[in-house]
Amino acid sequence: MHGITGFVVRRVLLGLVTLWVTSVVIFAATQALPGDAARSILGRSATPESLAELRRQLGLDKPILTQYWEWISGIFTGDLGTSLANSLPVTEIMGERLVYSFFLMLIAAIISVPLGIALGAISARRRDGAFDQTTSIATLGLAALPEFVVGITLAVIFSTTVFHVLPSVIVTEPGVGPWNYPKELVLPVVTLVIAVVPYTARIMRASTVEILESDFVEMARLKGLPERRVLWRHAVPNALAPTFQVTALNLAYLAGGIVVVEAVFNYPGIGLLLIDSVRARDMPTVQAIALLIAALYVVLNLLADLGTILVSPRLRTSLE
Amino acid sequence: MSTETPAETGAQTPALELVDLRVEIDYGHREDIVDGIAFSVAAGEVLSLVGESGSGKTTIGLAVLGHTRRGARITSGEVRIEGRDILSLPPLERQRLRGRLVSYVPQDPAAALNPALRIETQLEETLSSHGFGSSDDRRARIAETLAEVLLPGDSAFLHRYPHQLSGGQQQRVALAMAFANRPRVIVLDEPTTGLDVTTQAHVLETVRALCAAHGVAAVYVSHDLAVVATLASRVAVMYGGRLVELGPTGTLFQVAAHPYTRRLVEAIPELSGQHALVGIPGTAPRPGQRPAGCFFEPRCTFAVARCRAEFPPVDQVAPGHEVRCWERDRVLADSLAARPQAVPLPDVSADRSLVLVQEIDAAHGPRQVLFGVGVVVRPHECVALVGESGSGKTTLARCIAGLHSNYDGEISFRGRPLPPGARTRDPETRREIQYVFQSPYSSLNPRKSIGQIIGQPLRLFFDLGGREVRSRTAEVLETVQLSASVVERFPHHLSGGERQRVAIARALVANPQLLICDEVTSALDVSVQAAIVDLLADLQRELGLGLLFVTHNLALIRTIAHEVVVMSNGRIVERGLVDDVLDRPQAEYTKKLLSDTPSLEAAIAASRV
Amino acid sequence: MTDVALEAAALALEDTQRRPWRVLFAAAWSQHRTKIGLGITALLVGTAIVGQFVTPYPPDQGVANQLPFAPPSSDVWLGTDTLGRDVFSRFLAGGLSVLVLSGIATALGMVLGVAVGLVAAYSRGKLDDVLMRSMDVLLSLPQIVFALVLAATVGPELWLLVVAVGVTTMPRAARVTRGAAVEVVERDFVRAAEAIGLPRRRILFSEVLPNISSPLIVETTLRMSFNVAVVAGLSFLGFGLQPPAADWGLMINENKNGLTLQPWPVLLPVIAIALLTIGTSLIGDGLSRAAIGIERGRTSRG
Repeated sequence: MHGITGFVVRRVLLGLVTLWVTSVVIFAATQALPGDAARSILGRSATPESLAELRRQLGLDKPILTQYWEWISGIFTGDLGTSLANSLPVTEIMGERLVYSFFLMLIAAIISVPLGIALGAISARRRDGAFDQTTSIATLGLAALPEFVVGITLAVIFSTTVFHVLPSVIVTEPGVGPWNYPKELVLPVVTLVIAVVPYTARIMRASTVEILESDFVEMARLKGLPERRVLWRHAVPNALAPTFQVTALNLAYLAGGIVVVEAVFNYPGIGLLLIDSVRARDMPTVQAIALLIAALYVVLNLLADLGTILVSPRLRTSLE
Repeated sequence: MSTETPAETGAQTPALELVDLRVEIDYGHREDIVDGIAFSVAAGEVLSLVGESGSGKTTIGLAVLGHTRRGARITSGEVRIEGRDILSLPPLERQRLRGRLVSYVPQDPAAALNPALRIETQLEETLSSHGFGSSDDRRARIAETLAEVLLPGDSAFLHRYPHQLSGGQQQRVALAMAFANRPRVIVLDEPTTGLDVTTQAHVLETVRALCAAHGVAAVYVSHDLAVVATLASRVAVMYGGRLVELGPTGTLFQVAAHPYTRRLVEAIPELSGQHALVGIPGTAPRPGQRPAGCFFEPRCTFAVARCRAEFPPVDQVAPGHEVRCWERDRVLADSLAARPQAVPLPDVSADRSLVLVQEIDAAHGPRQVLFGVGVVVRPHECVALVGESGSGKTTLARCIAGLHSNYDGEISFRGRPLPPGARTRDPETRREIQYVFQSPYSSLNPRKSIGQIIGQPLRLFFDLGGREVRSRTAEVLETVQLSASVVERFPHHLSGGERQRVAIARALVANPQLLICDEVTSALDVSVQAAIVDLLADLQRELGLGLLFVTHNLALIRTIAHEVVVMSNGRIVERGLVDDVLDRPQAEYTKKLLSDTPSLEAAIAASRV
Repeated sequence: MTDVALEAAALALEDTQRRPWRVLFAAAWSQHRTKIGLGITALLVGTAIVGQFVTPYPPDQGVANQLPFAPPSSDVWLGTDTLGRDVFSRFLAGGLSVLVLSGIATALGMVLGVAVGLVAAYSRGKLDDVLMRSMDVLLSLPQIVFALVLAATVGPELWLLVVAVGVTTMPRAARVTRGAAVEVVERDFVRAAEAIGLPRRRILFSEVLPNISSPLIVETTLRMSFNVAVVAGLSFLGFGLQPPAADWGLMINENKNGLTLQPWPVLLPVIAIALLTIGTSLIGDGLSRAAIGIERGRTSRG
């Protein structure tokens, strides 16, 4: 297949293959390592007979490949297995948690994506000025901090020790959506934003500086074009590709960051579910969440790559 | 729009005038990049600003537009365009003048054209941003300008993106953008760099025609004197950030008053090869390292005590001819002395062959680049392999060297078949065939000292210990005329010419039978080129090397090569003894190449017109 | 220090220093941020290493006559934690684990990643594709999630932590290595080495690797900064050292619920981890800017 369609199809296929290999890695990591789910559930004092019985029940006595196949094919039919912790279908357990995490990520993304891009672009534009210097120091410091450090510090300041204006723990009822707890969302959202924005702002600044210093921007100025045109017609179109990259990066970091942030604030999302499941050795749930996060990463990368190609005429025409 | 000749505008305000211009580095000790720059250009005239790398010519070119690169600042002086000093204008007004009153043609059009915008947009905005009438008017002007630069004006072409054009086309678009508004002054910054000789000739002709037709004053920045001979009526020579000589082109080519100009002229290769190429040893001083006296003094053969102590002021030799030199009378008198004659080439044994390439076809991936090419190099012989970029000459050289193995056909070395790919060859063969690369900036490992670089083949091929390595290294450095203290230094401490000598030393230290030199002078300044070719010719004579000299410049080969093979598009177009081919070319391509090649004779002939 | 100033400083250094390494370090040192970063990091590393030998009380036992979450007093300078142990002592003893674990993991990941990146950059073609696609697979999970997945099977073993963080550092290191090496591999001095028949391994290690040392040094520092955050995070989640060991991440977890009563057992390790990550990040940034300044200085000189 040729042309742009061909490229898109090939790229999507590559993403699927990557995801598939990742699923194998996840499965191998959870099933093929020493240490056994049956033993963890029944404890050390379990008899060999009860262990064997439980293994049979869980399907752990089948060959590895069969187990893998059952898992993978189950995904296509919407069956992610049954939780070892409470015998409910994994999809059911994940359902509401997913809504909570997604909502948290959404709010954080709405704030952090434009903020990161704007901070980076403005810093680059007013290079070496007061704004740039202060932003540079701030982002350098904040980008280095682990998310839980940010979260705990915010909790200490606003919730427990200095001020007492915001709750640091969320107490929810089943069936109630996260949008009903605006006050409880503030700290987790702010933590995520602070964790992600400095990083993406720095990358955006670097990309923008490179464009503003390029030969063709200098040439545009030498042609006597008004500065506004130089920025918007010459610089910005070349900044689109880096913006896609930065946005994808931003969202990916959010997905990784929610695990720790949910733990800090006891927020009932899939991050916290993952941690609880790991503690309980609830393999099916762990596998499902890991696969979901991996799928998100793969999709984000795919979209960023496609966006980059489609927005650069040089790359686009080389495909036609 | 003025159509007067330069002679008639003598009494009028010049289109461009620079008065005592000084540009400094915008940090630290505020060292100057250029200082005391003053010249004028009349409407319709082309002044060439000539200098080697680091002379400050690009800085002046940009300053004519009132612009500097990051880290530099114009600190004093005036730039008058039609009498008005643009440096005294507020920045916004100055910006409006650019592209309309004074235009710029960049050195690298591929980088200067925005990859995300179509050609049409980039041409159109030059006009619309300066308020050029209706969109119909603009379209008409664009069509007119494109025709002037010999580009198609159809919408298919206009719709393209820059990367879809060839290098020559990109440069013409840049020219069109610069001339579109019919400016009074235009600055061209080495716009033919990277273009092959034929395209270069076209572009120069186009520039000349446009300037004459529209009465535009042009400043043509270049490092190559031969190139500007046909184009410029006057030449300003830059050295170390100072203007050292200014005068009519013809005068400077024949009776220059400054020793540096003189040496630059002597370094231009001649097609006739009558005289030996003479280079200038040493390098120009950088900002911050400039002495109190004349900057050229350390390298000057006319220098006296006064030259070191005081910096020479501007002195008039004749109307329109100025120079900064204390000893100018002696220099002028010296023009009558003869230039050193070229040394005749040694005899070549016609029987055995060193390298025999028989009818090979080579490819880069799926694309075939050589079609049935064959070459012979005999012991003690120098064969020149000449062609433009894309002719396949480098591919052929690399096949022989073992750096390119994707070919069919046989190559034999010393009578035995040569396996493709250096790794498959035995160490003796690898030692006997040595290669010198084009770019001295890329062929030396920046993390290794000169001593380590030269020591590597010594250790590898001869298994020598420390003391032996050191003494052999010192020996070979002397052979290439480098000081022994260079062993401790790293490549970035050396100039381009010095680095190339190290690369040659590295090749020589293996005692090769065949030395392949791939465009070894193309990345160097003209004055340095001469010295390197000189060195190679000497070495070939003394050591009896077989030499395969690959180049695109026909004018370089007379002093060094016995035979020449001319290539084009992967095929051999003509071959024979150098004298035969250069004096009586048979193939059309060779004839065209000869006429397009800038050389000293052509330059002098052109400047007499 | 502005970029232009740094470029000029780098250029001046190049003329005086013989070895390229010294130029990088000198140019980094010339910036305030590097000095500050080194100071902070040295302070914390010193505390982590030496701290365990100078604790006023044994870090894993309760202090006599003190209640849990007791406020600071003359006996216990920063109060006690959830089990009545001296906060200050636990803090002094608790830094080594984070440092050692993240240090080993970073070293492991860098060594593997550099090897993969070099081979990929030099061989181009199929091998390059396969290697980098495998790296992509490892990159499709966040470091913490990967570690958690492994911990689900084996449990919170320390060696697992190191392996997980190391293995997830590898693809990032490989990407940076390959990116830098690809440009170097194209240069003529590598061709020259091939022409005289230098074996591939020699070429990679003695010709290519020294030329990418600057980006690698920068990347190692940045990875270390990240990995400290990841390891501390895993400890905080309970997958690092187990109680009753003294560990900064663990301390934060254990004492989280007593924040309103006694913030110190949480604040002290939080501040320490924050300073450590900021310190290493400052050093990394100083090195990075120095490398860029040197590069630009070189190209502008021509």
